[in-house]
Amino acid sequence: MEKLEILTASAKYDVACTSSGSSRKSQPGGLGNAASMGICHSFAADGRCISLLKVLMTNGCVYDCAYCINRKSNPVRRAAFTPQEIADVTMQFYRRNYIEGLFLSSGIMRNPDYTTEQLIAALELLRNEYKFNGYIHVKAIPGADDALLSRLGLLADRMSVNIELPSQESLDRLAPDKSKQSILKPMGLIKNKITENRSDLVKYNHAPRFAPAGQSTQMIVGATPDTDYQILNLTEGLYRKYGLKRIFFSAYTPVVEDSLLPSLDTKPPLLREHRLYQADWLLRFYGFEAKELLDEAAPNFNPLLDPKCSWAINHPEHFPVEVNRAPYEMLLRVPGIGVRSAQRILKARRAGTLDYPALKKLGVVLKRAQFFITCKGRPLEGLKVGEHTLLRSLMSGHELAQFRQPEVEQLSFFSDTDLESLPVAAASAFRIGV
Amino acid sequence: MFATTPLAYTYDGSFEGFLCCVFESYQWKQTPLAIHSDADGQALLLESKWIDTDSVKANRVLRSIPLKISPKAEELVRKGFWSSVPDKEMLLLNFLYLGFTHGPKVMDMLADDTVNALLKAVHLLNRESHHYMGFVRFTVYGPVMAAVIEPLGYVLPVIQDHFCDRFQGESFMIYDKTHKVALIHHPGRDAIIPLQEWIPPEPDEGEAAYRRLWQGFYDAIGIKERKNDRQRASMMPKRYWKHLPEMNGGLPSMRAGRPAAKRKAAEPKSSDTRQLQ
Ligand code: SF4
Repeated sequence: MEKLEILTASAKYDVACTSSGSSRKSQPGGLGNAASMGICHSFAADGRCISLLKVLMTNGCVYDCAYCINRKSNPVRRAAFTPQEIADVTMQFYRRNYIEGLFLSSGIMRNPDYTTEQLIAALELLRNEYKFNGYIHVKAIPGADDALLSRLGLLADRMSVNIELPSQESLDRLAPDKSKQSILKPMGLIKNKITENRSDLVKYNHAPRFAPAGQSTQMIVGATPDTDYQILNLTEGLYRKYGLKRIFFSAYTPVVEDSLLPSLDTKPPLLREHRLYQADWLLRFYGFEAKELLDEAAPNFNPLLDPKCSWAINHPEHFPVEVNRAPYEMLLRVPGIGVRSAQRILKARRAGTLDYPALKKLGVVLKRAQFFITCKGRPLEGLKVGEHTLLRSLMSGHELAQFRQPEVEQLSFFSDTDLESLPVAAASAFRIGV
Repeated sequence: MFATTPLAYTYDGSFEGFLCCVFESYQWKQTPLAIHSDADGQALLLESKWIDTDSVKANRVLRSIPLKISPKAEELVRKGFWSSVPDKEMLLLNFLYLGFTHGPKVMDMLADDTVNALLKAVHLLNRESHHYMGFVRFTVYGPVMAAVIEPLGYVLPVIQDHFCDRFQGESFMIYDKTHKVALIHHPGRDAIIPLQEWIPPEPDEGEAAYRRLWQGFYDAIGIKERKNDRQRASMMPKRYWKHLPEMNGGLPSMRAGRPAAKRKAAEPKSSDTRQLQ
C-alpha cells in the first residue's frame, strides 16, 4: 500500500496520460480492450487526467540527473515492485474500471539491461499469463540492449524515451549520465521497428504488433534557459524525423535543491507549458510550421496572447477571410475558429449562405473571429477595430486567471519579447473591415 | 408544418410510442402543442390525446427515416430520444418534419435552430456516455461485478458495446438509478432490462482494500504545486463524484460515503483520509 504511494509519487511528473492511438478488440479468454479515442477515468486534484496506473518499478536509481526526484543523491524513501505485484495491481484496478491500462517506468536498477528485463517480466505476465488486452505504455530505458528493447516493444502499445532537456548543453549540465545520443538511439530503433512492423503486417496478417500506438516523449520546460523557439523547433523535428505521436511538455516543478537549477520556491511555469501545448496543437492539426510562430528575434511566446492570435495579428495581409468561400486551411487560421467549427462551416455552407448568427450557432468564437472575417463580403456590423478593443478581445482573461498571473519568473522570462510594443505595433497596422 | 392543434399527445414513453405520435401527426396533418410520456407526470393544462403504441405504425415511420432522410438521421433520432433535453419529443418531431421536407440536406443545415438544438442534445448524450466509459466503478463481489450510475441521459445503450467487449469474460451489471434500468452481461449474452430498485450489498474486506489502494494512488498522483480545483471540477463534474471511491475518502461503503462536495477542500493527505474510515 505504502509502496504504491511512494512509487506513484515518484512517477507523477511524467505527463504521458493519454491512452489513445491504439485500438484493440478484446480476445476470447482475455480481459480488456484498448479504445482508440482515449478514456479518462478520473482527474487528479491538479486537474490532470488519470487514465493509466502510472508507477515506477522502482524509484531507486544509479544515475544522478539533477532535476529528478529519484536521483541517486536525493535522500528519498526507496521502494520497488516485483513484476508480479505490478501485474496484480493492474489487473485488479482494470477490472474495477479504475484505469485504462498501465504506464510503467523505472529508475535504473543496476544497469539499463537489467532494468529492461524487469519491465519485460512484468509485461509478459500481464500479456501472456493474464491475457491482458488493455493499454500498456512503457518507458524504453536509454542504454539498454537493442534486442531487449525490441522484445519490450512487442508487449506494449506505446513506448517512450524522455528527452527531458531540450538541448545538448542542458543535458550535459544536468544529466551527466545521459547524452543526446543515448536518447536518440532508442528513439531511432523504435521508429525503425514500427516501420518494419508495418510492412510485416502487410505481408503476414498475424505478425505481432510493435508499439502500435507509436512513441512519445517529454520535455521539461523551465529548468534550463532554452527558449520556446528551440523547444518548438525540436518538437517539429521530432515529429518529422522520428514520427513521434505525441510530445509532452512538463512545467518544471523543483523537487530537489541544486545550484544548477531554479530555486525551490520557483513556481512551475504553467502558462508557458500551456502556450507550448497550444503551439504543438497548431503544428499537428492546423498546418502551422514552427518558424511561422516564433523566430530568433522573438523566441518566446507572448504570455498575453495565444500563439494563433499572435500569428494572426502579425499577418494582417492574410485577413479578412470570407467565411462563405475560404478554403478549410485558411478558416483554420482564424482566431476563434477551431477544427470542429471549421468543419461545421464547410458542411453548413453547402446548405446555405452563412451569416454571423449562424456562425455563432456553429461554435465560432465571434469575440475573437470578428476582426478577421467577413460574411457575404461584410464585416460584423458596429465592429470597432481600435488597438485596445482588438487586444482586449483577443486576450483570454480566463486563461490568464487560471495560471494565476503574474508569476514573476514567467514575466521576467518574457521580458525580451517587449510585451508592450509587439501587439500594439501590429494592431495599429491592422486595418480590416473598416 | 401542419396546422397546430391545441392538443397534447400522451404516450407510453417508449421509442415506438413516440414514433406512433409522429404517425398520428402525419395521419391527421396536425401538429400537437406538446408531447408527453405518461411518466412525465406533468399536470397538463391542455387537453390531451392518448396515442397507442402500435409496432406496425412505428415501423413504417422508422423505416422511412433512412430512406427519405439518411441513415445518420436515424441514429440522430434514436440518440435524440435518449438525450435529456426537455421537450425532446417536440424537437424530434420538428426535426422529422424538416427531414421529410428537405431530404438528406437537412443533415447539413447545422445553423437551423431545430437541427442545431438536436445536434447539441445528442452531443451532450455522447459526452456523458464517454464520461461514463471512464467513471463507471465496479465493485467486485466474488465472481460478479456491479456498478451504479445516475446519468442525466439514457446512456446504457450507448456504452453497452464498450463494456461488453471490454469485460466479455465477466458477469457484470451496470445499474442506471435514474432511469431504473440495468445492463446485465454474462459471457456470450447481454441485455438492458427494467429494474425498479437495487441496493448494492456491502463490499467485503478484499474489495475495501483495493478501494483504499486506489485512493492512495489517486492522492499520490496529484502534484500539489499545480493544484487546480476549478479545472478538476470542469473535467469531472461534481455530480459524478458520489459514485467514485477516490472522491469519497476511499470509504469501503459508498452508501455510507460522506457527500463528496462536503469533503475537505484541502489537498487530501493520505493520512487524513485514512482517519475517516
Ligand atoms: S535516469 Fe531517470 S530515474 Fe534515474 S535519475 Fe535520471 S531521470 Fe531520474
